[in-house]
Amino acid sequence: MKITAMPRLLVTGLSYAHLGPFDFYLAAGKTVFLTGPSGGGKSLLLRALADLDPWSGEILLDGRPCAGFTAPEWRRRVALLPAESQWWHDRVGEHFQVCPSADQLAALGFAAGVETWAVNRLSSGEKQRLAMLRLLRHRPAVLLLDEPSANLDRENRERLEKFIGDYQHRQGAAILWVTHDQEQPHRVVGRVYHLENGFLQEVQSA
Amino acid sequence: MNAAPLTTFDLTLVSLLVLALALVSLPLRLELAAQLVGAALRMTLQLLLIGFILKWLFGAAEPLWIALLAIFMLLSAGREIDRRQKRRFQGGWGFAIGTFSMFVSTFPLALFTLTLVIGNQPWYEPRYAVPLLGMLLGNAMNGVSLGFDRLLHNVWQQRQVVENRLMLGEDWFEALSEIRRESIRSGLMPTINAMTAAGIISLPGMMTGQILAGSPPLEAVKYQILIMLLIAAGSGFGTIIAVFLGGRRLFDGRQRLRLERLTLS
Repeated sequence: MKITAMPRLLVTGLSYAHLGPFDFYLAAGKTVFLTGPSGGGKSLLLRALADLDPWSGEILLDGRPCAGFTAPEWRRRVALLPAESQWWHDRVGEHFQVCPSADQLAALGFAAGVETWAVNRLSSGEKQRLAMLRLLRHRPAVLLLDEPSANLDRENRERLEKFIGDYQHRQGAAILWVTHDQEQPHRVVGRVYHLENGFLQEVQSA
Repeated sequence: MNAAPLTTFDLTLVSLLVLALALVSLPLRLELAAQLVGAALRMTLQLLLIGFILKWLFGAAEPLWIALLAIFMLLSAGREIDRRQKRRFQGGWGFAIGTFSMFVSTFPLALFTLTLVIGNQPWYEPRYAVPLLGMLLGNAMNGVSLGFDRLLHNVWQQRQVVENRLMLGEDWFEALSEIRRESIRSGLMPTINAMTAAGIISLPGMMTGQILAGSPPLEAVKYQILIMLLIAAGSGFGTIIAVFLGGRRLFDGRQRLRLERLTLS
């Protein structure tokens, strides 16, 4: 596994929506889990990191400040997977600029030809896995995942976890993973942060 | 040839029809009676007022007064655009964008038509300038307010789609592409429909008025064609500009969707 001394994403004094300031970092090739009650600001934290909501403080990606990127560039490098993915064209394939390879599709449990499927016939679990695939099209350095396996059965959840792990290993991507699943931090190795009542605490070290 | 003059009595007689409609709407609980009577009264007063202003202006033909009237018409149309939105921009942005896009799309067209197409001496002769500008502004106002309303409504409804597209690294322009196309189309539809139906299903109001007032039909038709083409261009360009600027205003400098800039009217 790739390990670099400098954190991929370094966050200093981050305040957003009456929360913060928070300091933390995400290391290359490592996963950090984020737990905490609903409504505690976990999803808002991911939105601030993807520069979708106003925030103050400093966010550095590989030492470069957020303001040094255009907003679309930043979001391609620091990619957010929302809890509920959106599909606005009729067919799956229209949402991909480059069609995913058969290997990638198979890794997530799809047969070839999924790109011709009608979006309105996808199950929530299928949408979730395809959204993961779509998220990788610009090869992001940081993945912000908002409960990516919430709608999945066990088999597909394991596929997805392996798929994400493989990508992380290849690209040295840093991952911030929001989860309500108590077991997840044990299956996938990583530090755990807990966000509750406006406090962000590291509750488990890798 | 002159039109048969209408008397106050004639108009009063016809106004009874609208009153009857208002009365019928009461038991049907359409809650339209007050609005209907109010709008009819307003229309009558406004048209009488502009009639007197035009009568005076035709005698004076002062460029300054014509310019002032044009600006007044433009600002009123801008205010009307803002008023027609269900969700509107805070801080006068709807008014500003509406007024600006109508100004850019209609004033040059009116100027071009008056100087080069009609070519009257002087070009600002109010008998041509005021009605021409009025037609252009009125239709541009409809197009712009329809397109604008559709834009704000759709972005509000589809904000998750727009934000998901931003998350995937699209810029604000791409993220709005489908919504923008649909908004511009809905702004232009009335104009396209009016052109398609003109002469077969409907006789356009301007031409009808001219013929009733005694013009030879072919002259009236030629002016109607001129006006319809101008209207199509004016409201089309106006809608495109307004939807573009309105879309941009929904995002901040970091291309974040800022729906808190809208308020429910």
